[in-house]
Amino acid sequence: MPSPYIPNTDADRRAMLREIGVASVNELFRDVPEKFLDVPFRLPSPLSELELKAELKRMADANASLDDYACFLGAGFYRHFIPSVVGHITGRSEFYTAYTPYQAEVSQGTLQSIYEYQSLVCQLTGMEVSNAGMYDGSTAAAEAALMACRVTGKNKVDVLASVNPRYVDVMETYAGGQAISLHKLPSDFESLSADSACLVVQQPDFFGCLEDLASVAAKAHAAGALLVVIADPISLGMYRPPADYGADIVVAEGQSLGSPLNFGGPGLGIFTCRNQYLRQMPGRLAGRTMDSRGRPGYVLTMATREQHIRRERATSNICTNEALVSLAAAVYLAVMGKSGLRQVAELCYHKAHYAAAAIADLEGYSLVFPSPFFREFVVRCPVSPRRINEALYRQNIVGGLDLSETLPDSLLLCVTEMNTKSEIDRMVEVMKKVGAEK
Amino acid sequence: MRRHYLLPDISAPGRTGCRLPDLDVTPSALPSAEMLRTDLALPEVSEGDLVRYFTALSALNYGVDTGFYPLGSCTMKYNPKWHEDVARLPGFASVHPLQPADSVPGALRLIFELQKYLAEITGLAVSSLAPMAGAQGELAGILMVRAYHRKRGEAARRTILVPDSAHGTNPATAVMGGFGTAVVPSDADGNLDIKSLDAMMNEEVAALTLTLPNTFGLFDPQILEIARLVHRRGGLLCGDGANLNSLLGKVKFGDLGFDCVQLNLHKTFATPHGGGGPGAGPVCVNDTLAPFLPTPLVVADGRDLSFDSPPDSIGRLGAAYGNFGVMVRAYAYIRSLGAEGLKEVSENAVLNANYLKEKLKKHYHLPYDRPCLHEVVLSGKRQKVDGVRTLDIAKRLLDYGFHPPTIYFPLVVEEAILIEPTETESKETLDAFVGAMLEIAREAEENPDLLRGAPHDTPVNRLDEAAAARKPDLRWKM
Amino acid sequence: MDVKDYRFTREHEWLRPEPDNLGTMGITDYAQSQLGDIVYLELPAVGTQVTQSAKMGEIEAVKAVTEFYSPASGRVTETNQTAVASPNLVNEDPFGKGWLVRLELSQPSELDALMNYDQYRQFVAREV
Repeated sequence: MPSPYIPNTDADRRAMLREIGVASVNELFRDVPEKFLDVPFRLPSPLSELELKAELKRMADANASLDDYACFLGAGFYRHFIPSVVGHITGRSEFYTAYTPYQAEVSQGTLQSIYEYQSLVCQLTGMEVSNAGMYDGSTAAAEAALMACRVTGKNKVDVLASVNPRYVDVMETYAGGQAISLHKLPSDFESLSADSACLVVQQPDFFGCLEDLASVAAKAHAAGALLVVIADPISLGMYRPPADYGADIVVAEGQSLGSPLNFGGPGLGIFTCRNQYLRQMPGRLAGRTMDSRGRPGYVLTMATREQHIRRERATSNICTNEALVSLAAAVYLAVMGKSGLRQVAELCYHKAHYAAAAIADLEGYSLVFPSPFFREFVVRCPVSPRRINEALYRQNIVGGLDLSETLPDSLLLCVTEMNTKSEIDRMVEVMKKVGAEK
Repeated sequence: MRRHYLLPDISAPGRTGCRLPDLDVTPSALPSAEMLRTDLALPEVSEGDLVRYFTALSALNYGVDTGFYPLGSCTMKYNPKWHEDVARLPGFASVHPLQPADSVPGALRLIFELQKYLAEITGLAVSSLAPMAGAQGELAGILMVRAYHRKRGEAARRTILVPDSAHGTNPATAVMGGFGTAVVPSDADGNLDIKSLDAMMNEEVAALTLTLPNTFGLFDPQILEIARLVHRRGGLLCGDGANLNSLLGKVKFGDLGFDCVQLNLHKTFATPHGGGGPGAGPVCVNDTLAPFLPTPLVVADGRDLSFDSPPDSIGRLGAAYGNFGVMVRAYAYIRSLGAEGLKEVSENAVLNANYLKEKLKKHYHLPYDRPCLHEVVLSGKRQKVDGVRTLDIAKRLLDYGFHPPTIYFPLVVEEAILIEPTETESKETLDAFVGAMLEIAREAEENPDLLRGAPHDTPVNRLDEAAAARKPDLRWKM
Repeated sequence: MDVKDYRFTREHEWLRPEPDNLGTMGITDYAQSQLGDIVYLELPAVGTQVTQSAKMGEIEAVKAVTEFYSPASGRVTETNQTAVASPNLVNEDPFGKGWLVRLELSQPSELDALMNYDQYRQFVAREV
């Protein structure tokens, strides 16, 4: 059966071989050591689109899709409403089948979208400049730490212990390559040492609590360190942005802005900073300029920071900017707009507080942290969180993240605008029942 | 003339693009006013205006679906549509990475099988799908090289050898991994200069990174000797798999002596480039490096699959397990082609590139006149005599409706034009492209100004990149 | 002073000797034409001690970046802030308004090792 993706016919191939002046395609592979050419490959036999769609549907159906479950799981990956508009726009193949916009004259769609994305992200975070995007929130945080070391000429990175542990792991991986050391600090630390390049803080933190950014910023700056904030973009619909507290670099996971969970990837690393550090920034940037006839247009700019030009002296080896995910984020921010994003944030806030209060009222349950929170909170349970999650799952509810390895009997729950009151009530009901079975 | 506008231009107070449900619980007290913002200045745009705006933008783009996109080293092949559909199935798209493992057996199975397929395709022992892009896959490789030497007490190996024809990511990655780099020159035939390699390969060298076929599209016939030389002196051989499309189903990196190879699912395995991501950059290694792979891997215990961390892992590369959505598409691609289909891919890709080489070499300088694999490098130096640069040739191609090839790369070829047609293009398309290239060669002689002013027929003309970089305008404010 | 009286390095920098052991340096017309539109200059801080042939700063064009080296040893007394604000001056007037750094020379005899105008012209002709 001919492949639907290969248009050459046998006649075409014969004509082309004749033109090239060889008798067979394998003559073109003459530089390959003969005994290693055309070795066997053990792969399953090919299937048609019809058969594979059915097989992939079976594989997909084997997973518990959150379209069919109530979900109270967050911990860095959030399920928010995605208006259909977003998928229709990112689904336009003029966007998704293009390469990086190196030929600006035929890439204005991508380039102007990046410019919109950079603008919207700056408006959201309050920061002066944004790059076009990075792999995910965790690598953006790692790149922020490396950048802080370049800016300050120091090589010690301080990280609050309340930062998402997976993010800390990724920062360790990235620091591991260079002579950079990572230190964990409790949230109530006294001060930073003078050799600190930056302090990395997450807002809200991994446990959902809001940190006292003003005081953290003052301590970081007093030591001559940069303040790196890992922000939550949805929370910025209502809370004062990190820039207001003096953040020098703000990063975030952008998946929650219009992209599905996709089992954790692709994500989007939002990366913003103060203008004065622009030249130390990793990643791609789009800028506005004029064409030869004086019309506005957009180009990739300040590329001398990047690997394809500066090679071993580049600010990072990154090439991608997760363009399609950043397009989704731009469309999402524009669809929601000023009032919509505020409303999403407030829906999360009120529903999470409703749920937290209801759970805290249950016999044997309590909130672990007294701090203010946004849409996530930790509850201490009278029985093992694992038992609660299992009971919830039986009722088509995906429960929270079991933290009992680090915090005894603790469960990290997340409530978003996706959760209806009846879902929350059902969850509380199950928790009540399981808690009473002690 | 097209009207240029931005989101703030279609924003007006009171508009919105989405209606959200009313609050269905009793509201709680909001945080104190000093914690709340009053300055959220996002545009307010209606849904219809927004769709029209982005649709108009999409029309200014050129994608693989628009036309021929022979961008060398990028493998811009056709992206099958049904892959998009399966990637969006709720059981794949609407799944949380921290859900209990027993609620995601299908996702684990897909990752596990794809890990196996990629190991088989590269002839290596194990693969990790954690890297979220090719450059991150390279970084994983370099960090594994570092961990391997340290474990053996050979931390003194602080240099990565990089050929002069390498992608810029190779040296940049080496530095991110804490190494210095040394550049190995190419010889006159476009192969690695083996004498230089011999002289440079000492006990301070940790690894050689090698793109195979190289960025001239040439398969280095000395590959077995290169591998022997590197290994004999304690180094490792890391492959940049950017050009795997030419070897698919025919040759295995592992057989040739590579210890580690990074792949690009968005090049070789037909997942869309997305206008600059998301892609995925799996890394495949032999048994020597397997203990150092990034975490996590999907492993099997009987029929049960679970996440596991290799014993000496370099650690985590991202918050989750890599770009799962991209993996679904690559899985679909491999399963729909099978071993024979993959071989057809590389054979047709190589045939197409050599066909273009033969057709174009009479009119453009061909620095390496020998069979190429999936891409061919030409030079615009014949046209330079008429005052026409490679950039002008590229821009003129836009007027003919083609996306230009990669230009000015590889760096060691003067006025380089790197053409990669891929297997998904027909002879008719290739002939049309050749026609345009020959016409442009004629124009270069007869009317060089036409080329220097090109493109003439695109949404915008040449843009002032110097102005953009001198006074960066990177955002609007409202 | 005419450009014919400047001294030149093999890395395409020029140095104009001035009274009181001072000297002004920049990059040559050939160097700027090779780089294309210059968009950013990274110049050393005033007071920096520099040595002959050691890296002094960086020049960025749209798609290229290059280091430049000090033609002589000494101390930086002034840098061209007008060119920092308008890097196109280096393209437009490399031997004049596009100068980069003014130095107080610590070893003026080093200039003897540099090329004169004719030697530099021949050097460039060979490189082309």
